[in-house]
Amino acid sequence: MAIDLPIYLDNAATTRTDPRVVEAMLPYFTETFGNPGSRNHSFGWAAEEAVEHARQQVADLLGADRKEIIFTSGATESNNLAIKGAASMYAKAPAGQSGRGHIITALHEHKAVLDPCKRLQREGFEVTYLQPGKDGLITAKMVQEAMREDTILVTIMWANNELGTINEIPEIGKLCHEKGVVFHTDATQWVGKMPTDVERDHVDLLSMSGHKIYGPKGVGALYVRRRRPRVRLTAIQEGGGQERGFRSGTLNVPGIVGLGKACELCAAEMDDERERLLALRRKLEKSITSRLDTVQVNGHAEKRLPHIANISFGFVEGESLMMATKEIAMSSGSACTSASLEPSYVLKALGIGDDLAHSSLRISMGRFTTEAQVEYAADKIVQAVNKLRVLSPLYDMHNEGIDITKIQWQAH
Amino acid sequence: MAYGDKVIDHYENPRNVGTFGTQAEIKARKDVGVGLVGAPECGDVMQLQIRVNDQGQIEDAKFKCFGCGSAIASSSLATEWLKGRSLDEGLEIKNTQIVEELSLPPVKIHCSVLAEDAIRAAIADYKAKNGIGSQTAHAH
Repeated sequence: MAIDLPIYLDNAATTRTDPRVVEAMLPYFTETFGNPGSRNHSFGWAAEEAVEHARQQVADLLGADRKEIIFTSGATESNNLAIKGAASMYAKAPAGQSGRGHIITALHEHKAVLDPCKRLQREGFEVTYLQPGKDGLITAKMVQEAMREDTILVTIMWANNELGTINEIPEIGKLCHEKGVVFHTDATQWVGKMPTDVERDHVDLLSMSGHKIYGPKGVGALYVRRRRPRVRLTAIQEGGGQERGFRSGTLNVPGIVGLGKACELCAAEMDDERERLLALRRKLEKSITSRLDTVQVNGHAEKRLPHIANISFGFVEGESLMMATKEIAMSSGSACTSASLEPSYVLKALGIGDDLAHSSLRISMGRFTTEAQVEYAADKIVQAVNKLRVLSPLYDMHNEGIDITKIQWQAH
Repeated sequence: MAYGDKVIDHYENPRNVGTFGTQAEIKARKDVGVGLVGAPECGDVMQLQIRVNDQGQIEDAKFKCFGCGSAIASSSLATEWLKGRSLDEGLEIKNTQIVEELSLPPVKIHCSVLAEDAIRAAIADYKAKNGIGSQTAHAH
């Protein structure tokens, strides 16, 4: 059977917007186009009603109250608001002084968490970057051991974007609540794929994005706990006082409607989708690992999202692997394509050698991925690796029993 | 990244892939010079082997490459250009000629530099094995 090319297996980067989401959004461009901030006419009221309906849809997916949802432009903004906003609100000393408080995060967080943390370091906060285990996990024990008297914020992602590994969020949340420390989680890859209950899981602040869950780009949300404890934030973006002052700016009504619809669909279809994606991922991993030697599936074997596979191929280089599989859209663990020769900092954080990190693929499936696509991709990847290994001097050496880590390479 | 047609051609149909034996066999052969340059952690390793006849002419050249498409193309091209040259003529191959031939973008210039390094290393290895000083390459 002929298969349409190219095949999209990069759903952890972004997803196709579900046509049902697009359909829900369309009237809010040309018909119900009012500004929800317009309190004195029906155009404004209709837009406000749509926004509040979407807020409920998002809250329902998270097990939250509607009033705890702040709409943003995406998870990057949500992370910035949560981390900088909480640090500023709970600082132990005024701006310009040192000793403002301690923050705990992890080495393999997304840049949208790491970079705000680095900025806070320059502004008088101290930050601990936890090293994940070899399985990619951050455990409650690791967080507990890093806790200090002056810890004000813990920010640990729910699931890692490159590996799909799932951190011990409920346990970390419980620990933070016992210690009275604010707990933020970047749940961009988790929400919509896995059941979420901010109450049960002790989350204070949660970032999420629309376009990772078949919604539109440019819209996301931040959950901000209102009860037990009430979490306060200093606003980052100031102006008209929208979103109860947490986030000024005219609301992106079509985007918000789309985000709400995307959440509703995820809630309804999550259980079936999760099973289907898990079966696809297992099929992919098995198909590849059973046909090639010196391959490694990165991250914890079980504690992983159903749709993300991260696989390292020994003795082949990532960019040439992407070139050999160019009709399949995936992410490379090598950043060679972006003109920097640094391999993935996430894989490095796990202690995976540069040689393997150079030849890793992140393959992420989604709602629109078919079994035939996964089979085709696995065949192509196996063919490509075999082709490149014929070319690889390192694979020859490996087969001749030479340990390539013992050779004196001239780094250039 | 978009690749030029020549890079894609060399990548899809690499010329002269292979070796003249295992690492141990090659070490023992006096008629073969090997250049192994780059490092796995940098994402590029090139192995270039030349077989030289009694007249000091490069009769055959083979390569293996762990690296991006441009690195594979650069080393494939190097083997094509080396065949039939004398050792001194081999040393005349410059990375800039490889850049020009393959239309490599600036971020890929290091691939051509590596290919030039591999050529020099292979020729130096042959000379060292045969006790030829760099000044006396033609003195036979």
